[in-house]
Amino acid sequence: MSSLFDLLRELFSYGFVIRAMIVGLLVSLCAALLGVTLVLKRYSMIGDGLSHVGFGTLAVALSLNLAPLQLSIPVVLVAAFLLLRLSENSRIKGDAAIALISSSALAIGVVVISLTTGMNADVCNYMFGAILALSVSDVYLSVGVALVVLIMYVLSYNRIFAVTFDENFARATGMEASSYNMLIAALTAMVIVVGMRMMGAMLISSLIIFPALTSMRVFSSFKRVVICSGVLSVFCFFIGMVVSFGFSTPAGASVVLINLAAFCVFSAAGRAGLKV
Amino acid sequence: MVSCRNVSVSYEGFSAVEDVTFDVLAGDYLCVVGENGSGKSSLMKSILGLIKPTSGRVTFDGLGPAEIGYLPQRTNVQQDFPASVHEVVISGRAGRHGPFAFYSRSDRARVDENLERLGIADLRRKSYRDLSGGQRQRALLARALCAAERLVMLDEPVAGLDPMMASEMYDILEGLNRDGMTIVMISHDMKGALRYGNRILHMRKKVLFFGASDEYVGTDAYRLLNAEGGE
Ligand SMILES: Nc1ncnc2c1ncn2[C@@H]1O[C@H](COP(=O)(O)OP(=O)(O)O)[C@@H](O)[C@H]1O
Ligand SMILES: [Mg+2]
Repeated sequence: MSSLFDLLRELFSYGFVIRAMIVGLLVSLCAALLGVTLVLKRYSMIGDGLSHVGFGTLAVALSLNLAPLQLSIPVVLVAAFLLLRLSENSRIKGDAAIALISSSALAIGVVVISLTTGMNADVCNYMFGAILALSVSDVYLSVGVALVVLIMYVLSYNRIFAVTFDENFARATGMEASSYNMLIAALTAMVIVVGMRMMGAMLISSLIIFPALTSMRVFSSFKRVVICSGVLSVFCFFIGMVVSFGFSTPAGASVVLINLAAFCVFSAAGRAGLKV
Repeated sequence: MVSCRNVSVSYEGFSAVEDVTFDVLAGDYLCVVGENGSGKSSLMKSILGLIKPTSGRVTFDGLGPAEIGYLPQRTNVQQDFPASVHEVVISGRAGRHGPFAFYSRSDRARVDENLERLGIADLRRKSYRDLSGGQRQRALLARALCAAERLVMLDEPVAGLDPMMASEMYDILEGLNRDGMTIVMISHDMKGALRYGNRILHMRKKVLFFGASDEYVGTDAYRLLNAEGGE
């Protein structure tokens, strides 16, 4: 027990670990809340698509020596609206179109990189995450984004439920359902851009999908699923970081694996008849 | 209360509803009948503002969009949705508030009242995904009643229910109508439509018949639908 304690003490003596913890916990929380709606509306592909678009933009920014976040936030926001339109429109195969965009963005990123900087450590960090990459200004940005997401989410909670549960009914009773979809997509875009550098473009979407899917195995009201997703996501991130530090494994991948473990535990509990 | 004038709906060139004109009067129990694909749901959606009619006009007489209750045609989308009955029903009130509002005490009172009225007060804490088909329809009707002041639009509320549950649903609707609620109901159940509705709108893209239900039985339109396998 004391060795775990020592590990934690050592962990928190590093500035970069504290920065990563702050950014990661906030991103995990926000991603989990948004994830409940995205998963239930079958929009979870959007998260995946956005992270790939984010990677493409980062790669371009890197090779052109542009500021990565300043470029990727607007580009990913635009992509969010585009992907949302594609998902809403079921007539053209929305999911196929998203897969197309996301792999194209990835391909653009990879080609641009190989033509310019080459596959160096920076690039690898963008794909699979690096906690060392976070600066103090990243911390401020993530706190800002998290505040916006949390405030908008809490204030719009009732309508987000209504639109998630039944969009047609929501519209018939006077709600602007499409603006709530846009709100969710925009918030997701911001969370992905902020979280991508730490978790990695390939892994960030799991922060959106896992907690919601896991909570739904056991919890059966919307509010409980939302709360459990938030708590679980934060918990898994923390454990993942500790594990990553203790075993010297990559942070992003460790967090994903802890999420996977939680999913298995909840699935087993749900199978065994635990429903709350 | 609602008047439709020459309403047409088409989906990318495919016309689903053509030139439909009729009125809903306060206190009506209007049943919309017709074969599958005859444009009933499309017409209802255009009245609710969910799709834009390609031509024609729908006007409401002293009725805002937030005062209409809607029971959508059953889909499989929400089969597995984690939500309590209470959460589902109170979401009928969400459209009445500003964008950032929370539910008030009167919203909760309204939910209680409608749960009682539909006999599902004991289910309020249960999960929507654990309900039977009939219980789900009641929960969705309760939600519609939370949204509606004077008019509810129901898209096949008894489809998929066993005869017992269907007749309970009819009793509930009859009671509501007696208490002054105007009802527009799409139905495949001709017997129910004739027995409970005071008016019939028979559609096949266009209006084949619109009028009092006791006049309907003698018409060609009635024979057409019944000969083609309607009940
Ligand atoms: N979203 C849609 N896109 C394209 N065609 C549609 C859509 N919804 C309905 N239709 C078509 O419009 C016609 C009328 O459908 P609908 O209004 O659902 O009929 P009903 O409710 O009477 O069964 C059908 O032929 C259906 O295939
Ligand atoms: Mg229909």
